[in-house]
Amino acid sequence: MTIVFWILAALTVAGGLAAVTLRNTVHCALAVTAAFAGLALLFLQLDAQFAGFAQILVYIGAVAILVVFAILLTRGSETAEHGVFSRTWLAGLVIAAAVFAVLGWAVLRSADTLSPEAAAPAVAVKDIGNALVTRYVLPLEIVALLLTAAMVGAVIVAMHEKGDTK
Amino acid sequence: MINTLDQIFVLLKHWIVGLLPGSLGAFVGILLSVAAIVAVFPGLFALTTVLERKGLGRMQNRIGPNRTGPYGILQPVADGIKSLTKEDIVPVSADAAVHFLAPLVLVVVVFMGFSVLPMGRNMQLVDMDAGLLFFFAIGASTELSIFMAGWSSRNKYSLLGAMRAVAQMISYEVPLLMSSVAVVMITGSLSLVKIVEAQNQYTWGLPHWYIFTPWGCAAFVMFAIAATAETNRSPFDLPEGESELVAGYFTEYSGFKFALFFLGEYLGMFSMSGLGTTLFLGGWSAPLAVLNSVPSWIWFFSKVMLSICVLIWLRGTLPRLRQDQLMNFAWKFVLPMTLLNLFVAALWRFMGDGLLRWIVCSAILLGAYVVVGRTEMRRKQYGPRSYRYAE
Amino acid sequence: MTPLAGYLLVAALVFAIGLAGALTRRNAILVLIGIELMLNAANLNLIAFWRYGAHPEALTGMMFAVFSIAVAAAEAAVGLGLVISIYRHLRTADLDKMNRMKG
Repeated sequence: MTIVFWILAALTVAGGLAAVTLRNTVHCALAVTAAFAGLALLFLQLDAQFAGFAQILVYIGAVAILVVFAILLTRGSETAEHGVFSRTWLAGLVIAAAVFAVLGWAVLRSADTLSPEAAAPAVAVKDIGNALVTRYVLPLEIVALLLTAAMVGAVIVAMHEKGDTK
Repeated sequence: MINTLDQIFVLLKHWIVGLLPGSLGAFVGILLSVAAIVAVFPGLFALTTVLERKGLGRMQNRIGPNRTGPYGILQPVADGIKSLTKEDIVPVSADAAVHFLAPLVLVVVVFMGFSVLPMGRNMQLVDMDAGLLFFFAIGASTELSIFMAGWSSRNKYSLLGAMRAVAQMISYEVPLLMSSVAVVMITGSLSLVKIVEAQNQYTWGLPHWYIFTPWGCAAFVMFAIAATAETNRSPFDLPEGESELVAGYFTEYSGFKFALFFLGEYLGMFSMSGLGTTLFLGGWSAPLAVLNSVPSWIWFFSKVMLSICVLIWLRGTLPRLRQDQLMNFAWKFVLPMTLLNLFVAALWRFMGDGLLRWIVCSAILLGAYVVVGRTEMRRKQYGPRSYRYAE
Repeated sequence: MTPLAGYLLVAALVFAIGLAGALTRRNAILVLIGIELMLNAANLNLIAFWRYGAHPEALTGMMFAVFSIAVAAAEAAVGLGLVISIYRHLRTADLDKMNRMKG
């Protein structure tokens, strides 16, 4: 448990909390970006270089940008008049707290059985590439198909329908 | 002697680190490398601004700045003092925190990109196994700071400029990545150091730079187009088109924050030129085997400055594109060509040595270029500009 | 506390925060953000188990996380496309107002 880990954990959790509590939607999007960055740095802390950089590239470079574009396109940056939380917010909060209680209890209970320190695995990007095209080639192809389908689907869903006069 | 000159900065660093005890030494070593990057590139930035203003002036039949110091070379100093002493204005309705953070995020993120570029033999801050991926991940983060700047200013020109900038950067990031992937396929590594080493070989005194192969040449052209768009340089400078949007996303910035944006933009240019140099122009390797005695860092920096000069030249020559032309060009021409180039690079890799692969690869690329160009020109998608109201 | 337990706790916390966000916010985009946070927390778990697990050289957890990142990107694109499409139809991104099945 190094100090770096605690700083990154604090950054991630603070970003996540800000993202779900702030009133302004764009602030929420920026806060969630901080949380994504914190998670990417945690991945790097876990010696998962490739996953960490992929996380930055995909989440900060693409998903965060998509989110802010969607916010601007739906006029979400204007604060809602009825407040930002749903009518059933209390139930949602209780469910989330219960889930965290169960997860935390499970982790703390099994903390003794979890393996303590392990040597950092030496994994080069080349190994990941080799694994992707040998053992994981079928998932890779399926993901490629999924991404293509998602792209086509997203374009069709968000496209103006013909004859639709704004 | 030649070796000492080549490695002079590395040796200097090792000497200083050697004077200090163990753990402190390692820390100081990293600090020294960072300090070198933080000192050298803003220095180059100052040099480039004066070069750009003089060069553009000459191209536009003007003299350019010539009042401060001999031939106006002290102009950047005057500019710096001016921007530091100017009042820092934050608009009343602006989102102060985000408005303040945006230029900081931009400059910090752009500086991080330099950490993986090999600027000479053994001269890189970190030799990362996934260096290229790191570079692109960092580059993707600059988009968000531009959005932050445009949105927090609460100004429609800023917001429009930011939306344009982000849309343009996203669109051109795809061909930028795809053209670099061809290099990764041939080298078999994402480490920029290994990519340079693979190009640092000579046949008959001529270098093995990737630009001298059919796929490398095509990828370099696509990379150069995408990199110009990625750094918001003319002819892709729509996000800050003065005649349309005042100054785009940094309209509401003044004083030192404006200077930071300016610095960030030029640093982005340097890092993109550095990456292009590393991937296609052999990085720090000499252009001829006989010139190997010249220190490697001189080659790297002269190649970077040469590409900067080409960018200035382009800015002085080409008119600005229209938004729809820009998007059509990215998605309908550059992206398909880079995808085809990936195929050609794979072909090159597996056809073995010999003249045949040169002919086949060149033929495919040239054929595709001619066919796509001709058909698209006929459909008037990228034809010459037509002026509806201004004839 | 072992390092693995620390990472698992952080992941559980981020998951709970994401779940709370998804369940309590009115804006559809913020609900999607909450879901993204939950997915990310799961990724952190996968990577942590890969790092401290028995066979890190098999790359199983790492691969799972990388694929999950790719799938999350697709999910975000389609989800936000749907939100924009609904907004165009109903002029709102407020989930409490999207209570009609009729278009």
